[in-house]
Amino acid sequence: MKLLKNKYLILRRFVQISILLLFFGGNYWGWQILIGNFSTALLFDSVPLSDPYAVLQILASGFIVGVDLLIGGLIVFVVYGLLAGRMFCAWVCPMNIVADFAIWLNQRLKITTNLKLNRKTRYGVLVLGLVLSPILGFAAFEAISPVAMLHRSIIFGVGASWQVILAIFFFDIAVTKYGWCGHLCPLGAFYSTIGRFSIIKVNHNADNCTNCMKCFKVCHEVQVLDIIGKHNGFINSGECTNCARCIEVCEDDALTFSIRNLFVNNTKKQG
Amino acid sequence: MTSRREAIVKLFKTVTLAGSGGLLWANAAKGAISAPFALRPPGALHTDDFIKACIKCGQCVSVCPYDTLKLGTPGDDKAIGTPFFIPREIPCYMCTDYPCTEICPSGALDLKEITETPEKPNINNAQMGLAVIHKETCIAFWGIQCDACYRACPLMGTAITLKMEKSEVTGKHASLKPIVNSDICTGCGMCEHACIVDKAAIFILPRDKATGEVSNHYIKGWDKSDEERIKNQFGSEGEENTKSTLDYLNEDKEFSD
Repeated sequence: MKLLKNKYLILRRFVQISILLLFFGGNYWGWQILIGNFSTALLFDSVPLSDPYAVLQILASGFIVGVDLLIGGLIVFVVYGLLAGRMFCAWVCPMNIVADFAIWLNQRLKITTNLKLNRKTRYGVLVLGLVLSPILGFAAFEAISPVAMLHRSIIFGVGASWQVILAIFFFDIAVTKYGWCGHLCPLGAFYSTIGRFSIIKVNHNADNCTNCMKCFKVCHEVQVLDIIGKHNGFINSGECTNCARCIEVCEDDALTFSIRNLFVNNTKKQG
Repeated sequence: MTSRREAIVKLFKTVTLAGSGGLLWANAAKGAISAPFALRPPGALHTDDFIKACIKCGQCVSVCPYDTLKLGTPGDDKAIGTPFFIPREIPCYMCTDYPCTEICPSGALDLKEITETPEKPNINNAQMGLAVIHKETCIAFWGIQCDACYRACPLMGTAITLKMEKSEVTGKHASLKPIVNSDICTGCGMCEHACIVDKAAIFILPRDKATGEVSNHYIKGWDKSDEERIKNQFGSEGEENTKSTLDYLNEDKEFSD
């Protein structure tokens, strides 16, 4: 069954689109489930949720933010830091749909991209955003964030933001594969950093692995797959988005979602 | 082993890379937040602090019952992602429960800004902008009867008053000219929305664009509270100084030396 085979992809799109729809409904039809956008939201008219990187930038720029933002930022920080890891990128962020579409086209048309960017660049961008905020006197990345432009344009109306999104789409197709999400986006870098120790991780069973390399072909962050075919364990890198493409493509039952116990895992790795 | 030379080159490379990125970024960001003529929702902090504080979540836009508020997009000069309104399209209807100010989680819209102690927050204290009249296109100034802005004003009779002036041309006609009182006007823009001419003759500007500033050595002698400033500024010290000046003039110090 093709449908069942892509169950995680379908689930991811469902989650991504549902969240956007809830925000959209909150804006246009007055739904009380999610009001705001991915920068800051109000869940069920009571729970604040905030993008912790945005909150950090505002604090760095020298403004004491409201309590709602601090609490909201902390909630999101804890959910991704302890539970979900970098799942924001693959399961929530709408830019992921743009990037995936670009890669799909890229592969369909067999376009070779020529610019190799260092995947560590995003951490530089992450730090630069926090350094520039106090210099400029406002949240530096939030002012130009294409991610924020995208979700705002979906939730509140398009404006000229589509041009920026289209530029990123073209960049991903022709210049660097997965260029924005995998190399430049500081939000991805932020969740990679805090997601290092989360408990939901992909687990690899090397005994079942036949080294078919299919997971390497579908993974957008291949550097995280260093243990494949070598030894059992979790895909520990925070850069893994838990997108589950590798799980879907694996025909040997060598990859599954699993809950990691940090302490047990550490001893296992040495053994 | 990296030699000292390699380490220095590497450092130089990192610094230049960050520099090029940072400078491009800084310029793009400054352009992105430029919004010299944006009108903000009630309770907004002053320009710089507002830009600093606003996290661009759009909750104020979502709760606005009249769809007045919109979020800035690239190229519209309203600061990307921040809320603004265009009164000629949809003015602020000054909800008495100020939902936009109340929901703001970041503090960019602050109830304190519309609160005059010891009162409760009151939407009439909002200072979103200031109505300005272009006399040459206002038909009421021509002498034709029109009180559209006066009637539309939610603070009718205080924020906008009508001034009757007798026509010197005919001697028997009069004109009723709208006058904006800037202490009271909230900048909601209902007047601009209501103005009947093609391009509104009364329109809202951000307060800092529509107001002057007087240096504090001018004092309104006819205004008791303003005259207090003299006492506050110089106090009893002022009298002493006067005395010493007189003493100085009357002393024959220079001659006696």
